[in-house]
Amino acid sequence: MSGIIGKKVGMTTIFNAEGQAVPCTLIEAGPCVVTHVRTEEKDGYSAIQLGYGEKKEKNTSRPLVGHFKKAGTTPKRKLVEFKEFEKEYSLGDTIRIEDVFAEGDFLDASGNSKGRGFQGVVKRHGFAGVGGQTHGQHNRGRHPGSIGACSFPSRVFKGIRMAGRMGNTRTTVQNLKVLKVLADQNLIVISGSVPGAKNGYITLHK
Amino acid sequence: MDLIKLVESEFTGKRESQPDFKAGDTVNVHVKIKEGNKERIQVYTGTVIQRRNAGTNGESFTVRKISNGVGVERIFPILSPSIDKIEVVRHGKVRRARLFYLRGKQGKAARIKELKK
Repeated sequence: MSGIIGKKVGMTTIFNAEGQAVPCTLIEAGPCVVTHVRTEEKDGYSAIQLGYGEKKEKNTSRPLVGHFKKAGTTPKRKLVEFKEFEKEYSLGDTIRIEDVFAEGDFLDASGNSKGRGFQGVVKRHGFAGVGGQTHGQHNRGRHPGSIGACSFPSRVFKGIRMAGRMGNTRTTVQNLKVLKVLADQNLIVISGSVPGAKNGYITLHK
Repeated sequence: MDLIKLVESEFTGKRESQPDFKAGDTVNVHVKIKEGNKERIQVYTGTVIQRRNAGTNGESFTVRKISNGVGVERIFPILSPSIDKIEVVRHGKVRRARLFYLRGKQGKAARIKELKK
């Protein structure tokens, strides 16, 4: 999948041609630098690695400094591999947003979702809770209820949904429509929402 | 933030062309209505009872009127392309931003005094 790396700017509302209000997300994407080229002969598959986001050299490990030097760029914060681009790219090339996406395209957006901390089963897994406050319910309105049978199997099965840390996982939202591509500002406007907070890194896949 | 303003700037012309009005004012909203492939304009007159999300592109306002003895409320996005224009007929003198108390009142009790500047 070809794609590009970007940063979430924020959300707003615009009106489309039919006069409907559409919630949309702004993503500042690219220009990305080709930092590595994977080839069929050497790696068994062909892909290119893109770098995005500035980073100080003193905060970069020595091996990575060498890696960026080879591509002839400054150190980048985010490195992601993409494949199946329409054009052939070589080391050090820059890819801009208009090279990958055009208005009307559909894309998938991946990023780290916002962390929610330790959450109960009602919020985390959508359990319904007990559903009543009377009939002997004292303080267990949002509890999970039974987590299994008794003497058989004498244990709790693996994978039972329980309370725990929620969010801050890689999440993908599929089939978002590209409403606008503003090439001068490296900006892409897509309908709907994408995972994560403002200034979070988002990868956009075709 | 600048980039958000840039995308929203497409609609600033529409926003600036609209008159200043707030809750309590009586307005005529000229609404474009599509019938087949013909377009006509219908005027909806009533009292503004609230403006929501002011300053954003998602801003909307609610207009209430009594039609054949039945209360009707319509919510318009302020930047909606289906609004042809908005006319302020009368400025009302009210003490709050949300006039939901009008829903429980009828006739004389539901009147709003005119604001004299």
